[in-house]
Amino acid sequence: MAETLLFNALREAIDEEMGRDDTVFVLGEDVGVYGGSYKVTKDLYEKYGELRVLDTPIAENSFTGMAVGAAMTGLRPIIEGMNMGFLLLAFNQIANNAGMLRYTSGGNYKIPMVIRGPGGVGRQLGAEHSQRLEAYFQAVPGLKIVACSTPYNAKGLLKAAIRDNNPVLFFEHVLLYNLKEDLPNHEYVVPLDQAEIVRSGKDVTLLTYSRMRHHVMQAVKGLEKKGIDPEVIDLISLKPLDFETIGASIQKTHRVIIVEECMKTGGIGAEIIASINDRYFDELDAPVVRLSSQDIPTPYNGKLETLTIVQPKQIEAAVENMVALKV
Amino acid sequence: MVQERTLPPSQAPTVPISPEQGLMLYEDMILGRSFEDKCAEMYYRGKMFGFVHLYNGQEAVSTGVIKSLRADDYVCSTYRDHVHALSAGVPANNVMAELFGKETGCSRGRGGSMHLFSSEHNLLGGFAFIGEGIPVALGAAFQSRYRKDALGDPTADQVTACFFGDGTSNNGQFFECLNMAALWKLPILFVVENNKWAIGMAHERATSQPEIYKKASVFGMPGVEVDGMDVMAVRAVAQEAVARARAGAGPTLIECLTYRFRGHSLADPDELRSKAEKEAWLARDPIKRFEAYLLKHNLTDEATLKAMRDRIQTSIDDALTFAEDSPEPSPDDLRKYIFAED
Ligand SMILES: Cc1ncc(C[n+]2csc(CCOP(=O)(O)OP(=O)(O)O)c2C)c(N)n1
Ligand SMILES: [Mg+2]
Repeated sequence: MAETLLFNALREAIDEEMGRDDTVFVLGEDVGVYGGSYKVTKDLYEKYGELRVLDTPIAENSFTGMAVGAAMTGLRPIIEGMNMGFLLLAFNQIANNAGMLRYTSGGNYKIPMVIRGPGGVGRQLGAEHSQRLEAYFQAVPGLKIVACSTPYNAKGLLKAAIRDNNPVLFFEHVLLYNLKEDLPNHEYVVPLDQAEIVRSGKDVTLLTYSRMRHHVMQAVKGLEKKGIDPEVIDLISLKPLDFETIGASIQKTHRVIIVEECMKTGGIGAEIIASINDRYFDELDAPVVRLSSQDIPTPYNGKLETLTIVQPKQIEAAVENMVALKV
Repeated sequence: MVQERTLPPSQAPTVPISPEQGLMLYEDMILGRSFEDKCAEMYYRGKMFGFVHLYNGQEAVSTGVIKSLRADDYVCSTYRDHVHALSAGVPANNVMAELFGKETGCSRGRGGSMHLFSSEHNLLGGFAFIGEGIPVALGAAFQSRYRKDALGDPTADQVTACFFGDGTSNNGQFFECLNMAALWKLPILFVVENNKWAIGMAHERATSQPEIYKKASVFGMPGVEVDGMDVMAVRAVAQEAVARARAGAGPTLIECLTYRFRGHSLADPDELRSKAEKEAWLARDPIKRFEAYLLKHNLTDEATLKAMRDRIQTSIDDALTFAEDSPEPSPDDLRKYIFAED
């Protein structure tokens, strides 16, 4: 066991996969000589050379399309979005090419690539650097969308994403890079398509992902003291959703609260609610509640920013309310 | 009509071609032309759907460039892609079947006219949005260099030819990719088919420097202007660029001055272009010109050419029969090919 920071867990994942498969390479802004804006690729340039850790010009749509072309012809690119928000410039290449090209080509090509980097609301970074693109991208067919939340799952999931033969959007969170955890010394991979049961419980199912997992767990501390026993599920895979795990939990608790950092409109939670209504409506004892970020550009002001995203106290209150209404 | 640009003097081929090579080039151009004419017929008869962009008039570019490549080189096209696919070796049967939406189509009926793909022929697409193919082509070229220099594979000397139009050269991906290709000395040919128009937008009205080949110089890359109605001239320029790319000396921007003989797509009434302009360019028909060249240099005779045209016509008719007789994709396969495992 070795205590590892989340950004180093990601770095280990990339290093191990590059060592294992020489078609794996990293590209993006400042990934090489500089070592990545969050040091996820530190020293890999020295180890693997300038073609395998490729510093690109600031040209997001073109280097993303370039990665698609490289993937179509047999390489396994990992794009680092310096900030995932910048990949809005590459929306076309991610949607039309990474996501849809395999289908459009009738299976002629596969596109094994990972697009990873920091997303989410940080600390007073302003609206443009506080994006949650997972909600924007979830409608694109052919993409897999994954969000990591701990050093352990960050490493294992990134390794799985690199080995996957499909384009994977891999979200890290700006505020989680310095989380610490003891990681196993042996190699491990965490499956991309499985939600993680963070805490087993019987009263209510809390569905969450990325940084909100930690807000939820803070709320759980207070709820435990009040004798409430929630089940916490980290979705991990935002697309496709793991309805086996979600469904089993609903059949146990019959109550669902979704806690997400994306905005409410067109969010991940909106999609989950619709799917729960399709599949598990009869199991529900109460309407599904979602706690989402406000539908506004994230304000710079610290107090306003705090009001924009869901806080542990709100989660606690929502759970208490739902449990109190128990029929 | 805007003042016509003076065409560059024809680059006389340094190596004279053999009769076989001459006939091979002629056959490819005839194939392209006859295929497109058949498409127009089928479209107007209601057998073909969607936006269909024909290539008539520009054949010397596809043939001149793609027939200068090796079979393991890569070709990346646009929505005007039928003839690039044919030159790259995708059988007419499978291109026609794709346009009919059939399972035997090169994209299994999922792509259509603007999305032709064939991994077997290293055809990277078929892209319906302008410019998006340029970075994809760049990626294929990067892959060749990666295999050669990062993985030490001496056989990885494949070249990528990337086609796009004059209008597309105003898009950011063009400039971004020229920069990266020159920066990393990637084995790629950027082939601009300047047919003077982007739908209804005249080239001169859209760009501050209409001589596109000159844009190469700011990236430290060779830029060449060539008469795109002269297959021998295009071929000479392409061969030189391919040799440079293959030798590891980097990319070339080739601007082919050409013209489309039909509207932008089969849905375009084509009312903007003047009769005088159209006639001036029709007089430079690349197929007629090459026919004259072959005959003048005694590389063939009229009877051989006629026999070839007839044979191609038969193969197009066969392609049509093949497409019509082919099955549609099964509804059970609606969700197939979304993910790699499908
Ligand atoms: C991103 C995008 N914007 C607009 C269009 C619509 N469109 C299709 S072709 C075209 C003109 C392109 O002209 P050019 O690059 O000169 O190629 P040509 O059609 O002449 O071969 C336009 C605007 C598109 N397909 N994609
Ligand atoms: Mg044009």
